[in-house]
Amino acid sequence: MVFKRSERPRADKPVPIPVKIVVAGGYAVGKTTFVGSISEIEPLTTEAALTSHSDGVDIAGEAAKSSTTVAMDFGRITLGDDLILYLFGTPGQDRFHFMWDDLIRGAIGAVVLVDTSRLEDCFPAVDYFESAGIPFVVAVNAFFGKMHHSLEDIREALAVPESTPMVVTDARDRDATKGTLLELVQHALALVNAG
Amino acid sequence: MNEISGTDRLRIRPYALTGGRVRSTTELALETIVRVTGRCIIHAHELSSERREIAGLCDQPVSIVEISARLSLPLGVARVLVGDMVSEGHLNTHQATETEITPDGRPDQRLLERVLNGLQAL
Ligand SMILES: Nc1nc2c(ncn2[C@@H]2O[C@H](COP(=O)(O)OP(=O)(O)O)[C@@H](O)[C@H]2O)c(=O)[nH]1
Ligand SMILES: [Mg+2]
Repeated sequence: MVFKRSERPRADKPVPIPVKIVVAGGYAVGKTTFVGSISEIEPLTTEAALTSHSDGVDIAGEAAKSSTTVAMDFGRITLGDDLILYLFGTPGQDRFHFMWDDLIRGAIGAVVLVDTSRLEDCFPAVDYFESAGIPFVVAVNAFFGKMHHSLEDIREALAVPESTPMVVTDARDRDATKGTLLELVQHALALVNAG
Repeated sequence: MNEISGTDRLRIRPYALTGGRVRSTTELALETIVRVTGRCIIHAHELSSERREIAGLCDQPVSIVEISARLSLPLGVARVLVGDMVSEGHLNTHQATETEITPDGRPDQRLLERVLNGLQAL
């Protein structure tokens, strides 16, 4: 049975407002680690079916053949009785852009995670958020505290304007993750206030 | 995969549950949070087993993606079932107001400030 009698709510209770932030970047850059460092639940995974979009989206043959779903993981942070923040970690390959359209709709913005030894892995994500006009921050995940390039060099390589925040983070560290999320929310707020 | 223990119940092919539909008429965002209504509780015994499982999770506020992950239902299927249950009055959802969402559907200044304060307080 679903409910015990004692658990029956008397009246319909209010439902919290959901907000979300997308965490993007190349394979093994630390997306799941980043989400897990601050989430109140163990990150969960769901499968988005490639075939669930019948609106003429071109699904890369390779992906369609090898599997029909894309895994996407997410975590949750309760910010009050009436407000819950979801973090979505999503693969950054070009062929998954159709999924991002759905994911990014209504989002606060995105954190693009970068591994400085494989800088080019984040290009598709930067391209996407820039062209979609989504607020984003670039967060360099400094594996073992090592950065192969300076932030200025990375900014130049990514060709993102000064107005796009860039931070160094540590995906394993809750405070560093929190700081990165705050950076994004402040950036999104500044854009809303300016616009 | 399924939490129901002690039974060898076969799972129904997920898309059969939605009559092959992969799009909900209401097209809820995947992070939409739902909660059971009093009406759902009264009528729980009339629900299909999948819907009853969903209702069971929604005693507390949960999102469509959480339902999908926890019940191992494809996201499209969870979306359609939840959308139907909202239309039928079995689940409640928050209706965003103009003071929360900008015309392009993103959180507005006040909502962003609440997120900022909430994060800072963590
Ligand atoms: N040393 C170090 N290892 C990390 C860091 N972030 C992630 N990792 C490790 O890198 C691997 C890939 O991380 P994961 O979060 O699964 O990457 P994802 O594919 O982007 O989700 C895992 O073994 C992590 O433990 C980091 O900041 N420093
Ligand atoms: Mg991952």
